[in-house]
Amino acid sequence: MENLIALLIAAPLLGAAVLLVGGRRLDAVGQWIGTLLSAASFVFGLILFADLLGKNAEHRTLTQHLWTWISVGSFQADVTFRLDQLSMTFVLLITGVGSLIHLYSVGYMEHDERRRRFFGYLNLFLAAMLLLVLADNYLLLYVGWEGVGLASYLLIGFWQHKPSAATAAKKAFLVNRVGDMGLSIAIMLMFTTFGSFAFGPVFSHAGDASEGKLTAIGLMLLLAACGKSAQVPLQSWLGDAMEGPTPVSALIHAATMVTAGVYLIVRSAAIFNLAPDAQLAVTVVGAVTLLFGAIVGCAKDDIKKALAGSTMSQIGYMILAAGLGPIGYVFAIMHLVTHGFFKAGLFLGAGSVMHGMNDEVDMRRYGGLRKYMPVTFITFGLGYLAIIGFPFLSGFFSKDAIIEAAFAKGGTQGWILGGAALLGAAITAFYMTRVMLMTFFGEKRWQPDENGNEPHPHESPKVMTIPMVLLAFGSVFAGGLFSIGDRFLNWLEPVTGHSEGHSPISAATVTGATMVCLVIGVGIAWAQYGRKPVPAVAPRGSLLTRAARRDLLQDDFNHVVLVRGGEHLTRSLVYVDHTLVDGVVNGTAAGFGGLSGRLRRVQNGFARSYAVSMFGGAALLVAATLLMRAV
Amino acid sequence: MSFPLLTATAALPAIGAVATAAVPAARRTAAKWLALGVSLGTLALAITVLVRFDPDGARYQLTESHAWIKDFGVRYELGVDGIAVALLALTAVLIPFVILAGWHDADPLETGSRRWRPTQGFFALILAVEAMVIISFEATDVFLFYIFFEAMLIPMYFLIGGFGDRAHEHGEEAASTQRSYAAVKFLLYNLVGGLIMLAAVIGVYVVAGNFSLTEIAQARANGSLHMATNTERWLFLGFFFAFAVKAPLWPLHTWLPNAMQEATAPVAVLITAVVDKVGTFAMLRFCLQLFPEASKWATPVILVLALISIVYGALLAVGQRDIKRLVAYASISHFGFIIMGIFAMTSQGQSGATLYMVNHGISTAALMLVAGFLISRRGSRLIADYGGVQKVAPVLAGTFLIGGLATLSLPGLAPFVSEFLVLVGTFARYPAIGIIATFGIVLAALYTLVLYQRTMTGPVKPEVSAMPDLRARELVVVAPLIVLLIVLGVYPKPVTDIVNPAVKQTMSDVHKTDPKPSVEAAK
Amino acid sequence: MNPVNYLYLAALLFTIGATGVLIRRNAIVVFMCIELMLNACNLAFVVFSRMHGNLDGQIIAFFTMVVAAAEVVVGLAIIVSLFRTRHSASVDDASLMKL
Repeated sequence: MENLIALLIAAPLLGAAVLLVGGRRLDAVGQWIGTLLSAASFVFGLILFADLLGKNAEHRTLTQHLWTWISVGSFQADVTFRLDQLSMTFVLLITGVGSLIHLYSVGYMEHDERRRRFFGYLNLFLAAMLLLVLADNYLLLYVGWEGVGLASYLLIGFWQHKPSAATAAKKAFLVNRVGDMGLSIAIMLMFTTFGSFAFGPVFSHAGDASEGKLTAIGLMLLLAACGKSAQVPLQSWLGDAMEGPTPVSALIHAATMVTAGVYLIVRSAAIFNLAPDAQLAVTVVGAVTLLFGAIVGCAKDDIKKALAGSTMSQIGYMILAAGLGPIGYVFAIMHLVTHGFFKAGLFLGAGSVMHGMNDEVDMRRYGGLRKYMPVTFITFGLGYLAIIGFPFLSGFFSKDAIIEAAFAKGGTQGWILGGAALLGAAITAFYMTRVMLMTFFGEKRWQPDENGNEPHPHESPKVMTIPMVLLAFGSVFAGGLFSIGDRFLNWLEPVTGHSEGHSPISAATVTGATMVCLVIGVGIAWAQYGRKPVPAVAPRGSLLTRAARRDLLQDDFNHVVLVRGGEHLTRSLVYVDHTLVDGVVNGTAAGFGGLSGRLRRVQNGFARSYAVSMFGGAALLVAATLLMRAV
Repeated sequence: MSFPLLTATAALPAIGAVATAAVPAARRTAAKWLALGVSLGTLALAITVLVRFDPDGARYQLTESHAWIKDFGVRYELGVDGIAVALLALTAVLIPFVILAGWHDADPLETGSRRWRPTQGFFALILAVEAMVIISFEATDVFLFYIFFEAMLIPMYFLIGGFGDRAHEHGEEAASTQRSYAAVKFLLYNLVGGLIMLAAVIGVYVVAGNFSLTEIAQARANGSLHMATNTERWLFLGFFFAFAVKAPLWPLHTWLPNAMQEATAPVAVLITAVVDKVGTFAMLRFCLQLFPEASKWATPVILVLALISIVYGALLAVGQRDIKRLVAYASISHFGFIIMGIFAMTSQGQSGATLYMVNHGISTAALMLVAGFLISRRGSRLIADYGGVQKVAPVLAGTFLIGGLATLSLPGLAPFVSEFLVLVGTFARYPAIGIIATFGIVLAALYTLVLYQRTMTGPVKPEVSAMPDLRARELVVVAPLIVLLIVLGVYPKPVTDIVNPAVKQTMSDVHKTDPKPSVEAAK
Repeated sequence: MNPVNYLYLAALLFTIGATGVLIRRNAIVVFMCIELMLNACNLAFVVFSRMHGNLDGQIIAFFTMVVAAAEVVVGLAIIVSLFRTRHSASVDDASLMKL
């Protein structure tokens, strides 16, 4: 059974290779090859899942060793896969949601001439993401980690002829590289601390290492997670990443890749459990980001960017939960899975709206769409209810659990984190209601574009709506399915461990408070966007709104400090290299050149002046001889 | 006496060079095919060396030794260890691609041009360089090494100065002036380095009484040859200076951007992927073995210079407007990594550095040759003259991207393995330097992606709209390099298995062992 | 008579010759001044020979005469051909071989 693990990765990898190398011959069937291989991977995942379920909880770890990758001295890196409950969960999410989105893309990308390549990239992404979650050591994980970064780069910049897309892709890769730096330093630290970076030895020896080392490793892993999961301060790339085709936003920048940071932290539980300072940093990052993303999400008029802010915020919840330690790990992953369903569904819904609206993304140009695209409306609506935590839908169970766990952290920290999570829930309710109202309710606000084409909103084809319906099912039922009888908890506990915290307030109180927040958020949104018509041109807005529209000025900061500063630095270095480093050498050469130029003038061609120098020389020699004799 | 395989590996291209040069002027195509055939023959010989080499056997294998200049103890001594075998293979692999990529680079210009382009000469010179590089990798006699280390400059000088890019924005006269400047600069830098080394070579003879690397290293190891501390340091510096110029190490690097910018792409590959490797290789072989104590003494300074090279080269690459100059500065950054790995004095660092030499050779060749194809189509080296190439020539853009991704050490491609080994090896002993060097990977992403974005993406510029995609010959050049990059990235074991024992020996030469992990050390 | 006086004479002749070489422009005059210097040297050699009581100086004086004769042959030939081509015997006119 272990041998199937490699096939999980091999199937989409084969797809990527075939589609990218195959050339134009495959243009007609490329999308089906990609979808089929992705589905094949999902089927392998289901078989393995059934196999794991048939085993005892403690025997649910399968490993497959393929070959020794790097071996130098004590540095040993193997290509070994490890399938346990945690990676199984991810495998099913990735291949399941991934296959649905492949299917959706068949419709969405139907008219794109480079469709074959799109599916190749999607398959490449799946392979890299599966490698990330199946790796048995951090270096192999790093390969997947950068692999998904590459796929994300290629897909964000898929419409390369648009300069904005190319720039967004580059930005995403670069910001991610900063995070990757953290991961590589963490691996180096593990190697010098434990002599290994494979999961087994690192986790089992974590107790022998000093707390300082563990904290350093933890912080570096956090840096990596910040990059990949778009957490403050490395969040700036996610909004721009919406330049990619919408299925990409759904799969990579909502459901799977951006959650890799959560996976990394939960996977490294053994290290974080022993490094409280690093854990604290994780929770702070999570709490700050969940508010940051939510605030940004409130101000955006671009439907995809609003959803991107929401993604950032929801991942903030997960990171927060992961930082809480054993109280939160399981809930982090549970929220991750439910979020995978409803956020993918929301993005696909947004894509469906754009599909029917001539690729318009400004929500102020939507309005009243529920009549034109009922399926999209219903599936999007269910996703909306799930994300705001409407009772008994998926988000309700997972988010509520995280808020409870945050309070259960105890002490002042618990109150602050729990409060932030509650506030976040209220803002989430606000901005999602805003998106919902602006898109599907109210009066129609669309206008002809500059070529005079008026959009004719229409429902998307079946190949797109079926995935949306399936994801809506997940958004509605997944949370309940996981929570009833603590199924998800029991499933994951052997890997992540679990402990109940000591909450200062009861679970019912927390749920009640969450409901109150939800109602307040929805209420304010309705008052602003439901009761009165939405202006087609954005009002100037308050200072906070304007700042939030600009991603809370982070990009401006980056631009002034990093981009401009960097440009000045490189330009001055180019100058220095030319004038100083090269100048010293060229200066020496020029010095000799000048000297010889002077000396050349002595050779003036007049015989008598040569005679003078001869006499002078002879006289000097005589004088020298005499002088020597005298001394 | 067995068949002198090593001599043959060097002699074949040398004879080939003479033969190619002797082909009559009218039959230039025959000369090309002859050169290609010879380089493939050399590759076959190099593979034979690779197969006959036993990684677990004696340190130097396939040795040959003949007296040459008896009065001065100069011998014709050849032998290869794992490091030399790896680089020998790299050279032999790359040269056929260089020849194939430069297939039309030395064709006569259109009628009406006054410049004469000796096709035969171009290919003969490439083969001559190959012969000299190979014998430098094989020589275990210091004097023999020195001769070919220096002699390499002559064909390189003519290759840089004599054959430039076809089109030039400022006309032929300006191009010719700039080419001569670059060629003379290359020659002078390396000549100065070489002359200082000559003094040190003589110094070694004065101290040791012979030129044999193996004998001297052995005598140093068992203590029968004592060098005064200061003597050793001066001699070390003499050798190191020459190698640092060749490598090149900051601040001796400024010849490289000029040379790579002016030379045709295949010659630029020859410079940075093949000839420069002799410098880093020689650090590992001669500096560390002949002067272990002085090497350790100089380590902190060299590491700092290497670190400066890494960051400085990368930053300057970001600021370049010329595609080839950009690649040159990127190479300077990469050479910083190689030198850092060598002087980190850990087995990961040194194995990583050796692997880095091989991988950098392949990745730079891929990137530079594709860049050359691009430049030959548009007739400009300026980044700003391109845009949207991806749309008109997707295969060219795709291969260019893969070359770029290899340059930024994407995991899964070969350079990642070596770069990570170097970083880990350095970090194990010098954490601060290791961490700062890690910034290099962010900068590498920056210059590569900016280059890709500006040239390949965006709206199609009118000047590139008719650009043809890669032709069959060009694809034959690029595809195998890309396959090699992927294979060595996924399965580098064949190379590490050959290199590891040699590195172990070198580590014991300098009396260094890897640091222990702190968990074990605590016990 | 004190032989040192001959040395004074030799020095005097040499100085006259050297000055002539330096200040005169006519090649023939310069040439004669060089002869004067050579003869001054010859005189000095002979005096030294006398003073030291051996024949070395006198032998060298013969060599000098031979060299001077050879020089006259070559030198006059150069001057004549120079005069023929440039219609001038001034040494300053022949200054083509400068850088």
